Amino acid sequence: MSSTSLSAAPATRRRRMATQLWRGLTYLALFLIMAPAAWILLGVVSRAWAHWRWSVLWTPLTPTGGGLRDQILGTLILMFAVLVVAGTIGVMAGIHLSEFARTGKLSGRLSGPLRTSSDILSGFPSIVLGYVGFTALVVGLGWKLSLLPAVIILSIMVIPYIAKTTENSLRQVPTGYREGAEALGMSAGYGLRKVVLKSALPGIVTGLLLALAIACGETAPLLYTAGFSNTLPHSLTGSQFPYLTYIVFTFYNDPSVQKHYLAYDAALILVVIVLLLLVASRIVVNRTQRHSESARGTARRRLFGGGGNGSGQDAAAEPGLVPSAAALPGKS
Amino acid sequence: MTTVGGVAGSIPATPRSAGLSKPPWHRRAADSIRRNEESGWRTVAWVAVLLPLAALVFALTVLVLKAWPAVKINGWYFLYGRTWTDGAGAYAAPVTTNGVQHLQGAKFGAWAIIWGTIASSVIAIVIAVPLSLGTAFALTERMPTWISRPLGFTVEILAGIPSVVIGLWGILTFGPWLAGNVYPIIANNMPDVPILRYFGNPHGSGEGLLTAGIVLALMIVPIIASTTRDLFSQVPPLPKEGASALGMTDWEVANRVTLPWVRSGIIGATVLGLGRALGETIAVVMIGGAILQIPHTIYQPMTTVAATILTQLDGAQADGTGFYVATLAELALVLAVISVGVNLVARLIVNRTGRVTAPVGGA
Repeated sequence: MSSTSLSAAPATRRRRMATQLWRGLTYLALFLIMAPAAWILLGVVSRAWAHWRWSVLWTPLTPTGGGLRDQILGTLILMFAVLVVAGTIGVMAGIHLSEFARTGKLSGRLSGPLRTSSDILSGFPSIVLGYVGFTALVVGLGWKLSLLPAVIILSIMVIPYIAKTTENSLRQVPTGYREGAEALGMSAGYGLRKVVLKSALPGIVTGLLLALAIACGETAPLLYTAGFSNTLPHSLTGSQFPYLTYIVFTFYNDPSVQKHYLAYDAALILVVIVLLLLVASRIVVNRTQRHSESARGTARRRLFGGGGNGSGQDAAAEPGLVPSAAALPGKS
Repeated sequence: MTTVGGVAGSIPATPRSAGLSKPPWHRRAADSIRRNEESGWRTVAWVAVLLPLAALVFALTVLVLKAWPAVKINGWYFLYGRTWTDGAGAYAAPVTTNGVQHLQGAKFGAWAIIWGTIASSVIAIVIAVPLSLGTAFALTERMPTWISRPLGFTVEILAGIPSVVIGLWGILTFGPWLAGNVYPIIANNMPDVPILRYFGNPHGSGEGLLTAGIVLALMIVPIIASTTRDLFSQVPPLPKEGASALGMTDWEVANRVTLPWVRSGIIGATVLGLGRALGETIAVVMIGGAILQIPHTIYQPMTTVAATILTQLDGAQADGTGFYVATLAELALVLAVISVGVNLVARLIVNRTGRVTAPVGGA
């Protein structure tokens, strides 16, 4: 302090004040984001908790009230179906973009357009996809509002996301691993399964969990693909399908108080599901970063990847796109 | 690293083929599976990667085919017209123009809808960008990990909260609170001059354009903030430390080193957020009011393209000629084209900066 007071020109004081002001503003911005986030979470919990009854979880919905059993089950079924359909396709697409697109003749040339189309699809408004599902699948193919078109549209929504996270986590697998697998005489496919995919698994799982979080919270595309019903149907097509977000969207301004309560309950259950998924993804990331190869992988990469051909690829993979990499400092 | 599997796969087969007896069938089968595993992976992955492209082409084809009659009849009026009516409703007589059947008196000009979409997204961007930048700076500059990590996780939670839940909070809690405590102060103190008049009374009930814009801002902040935070962490420490060593204050380092380093990345992230704001549906339907009008003050209800598709599709099917549904397809097509364009621009910008900065930051 005393040394600066020697040159305590007005300019210095102004600069110091500017820095203080800037720091204050950044903290204000942080507060203005954190406060609504906390407000939303606490608001949902407190509104629902005030009249919460556990029987909501296992009573079926009736025209006057009841519980949300079939809606909860419906949302879980939707999530599971999306996990199976979009998970398979998305992970395989990610594998292609990361592993095969570089070597194949035709696929190498096509990888650019394919990646771009995946990017475009991920930015497609969900309501537009919902409209397409409605005209093409629900009306066009005559499936009516039902589970199958809903699963297809939701899957189309999250496949690009899963493909992207899979591709990124595969690219972070050190080149040395692949070379080691090949040097041990593993066939390329066997090495891919046993070595490369295994060490990329945490990133892939994180992507899948976050994709599920997206899928369970969607409303707009479901309204015109799944419709809505009070109870679970017995068929894939032809009969409407229940899910939680519909309850929130329709019941909040219903005249009946019972239905208001159900809207809050559904919101609470949705938030709990999303929080569980986010926490699970975070646990997967933390655990693997602490114990497994990927933490040591960075050191390996430094050892092996000095001037190698593939190391440039690894370094160029944006570290931030997988949440795991963004959240953790390099040292821990 | 992914060389052709033939060389590695054929090794176990060599000694056995030299021997006299054939290996048992199950070992031959296992060998063959192992040898052909890669081509299996390749085939499945090849099919999988084509599906997003196929879905995209399929969606655009459906939209164009469905919207074509509406495009023919509505013409350019669709983009600037202010009248939006399906004629005299379901009881009107169908007429045929240019081979397209529609209800008599049907006239679809979507200007109010497009206006609402642009206005709400602009409000969202204007609010979200400074907040995101501030948050990203606060989280990356001189904050201990034990604080910044849970705060970063909170931003992630905000991104994960279903938009219908945010809509519920917006219409039942946040909107009324704004209308009771914030809007009157702004509205009552606004002078009655041309542009500022727009912020004046009546300030409404909290259901309308400004509330929708603010909530949209909250929904896109996680996108912009997390991208920006990643960009900041890619800025190499040496230039920053050098600037500090030259006597720059933290603000000057941020303003003259960090920000210029990632500027185009931030623009890309902003455009990405814009794409999300343009396409958001359910929260806007709940909070914006979904009323077809250009509001006279910033507090009044409005609608957007996405909201209109959602709220009108059900009723549009009453139009037996299918023209209203086709018009909604045209609306969906407009939204799709805009968001595809916006996304392409954003990816282009983000990718370009990512490639320039990543190798430097990785050093």
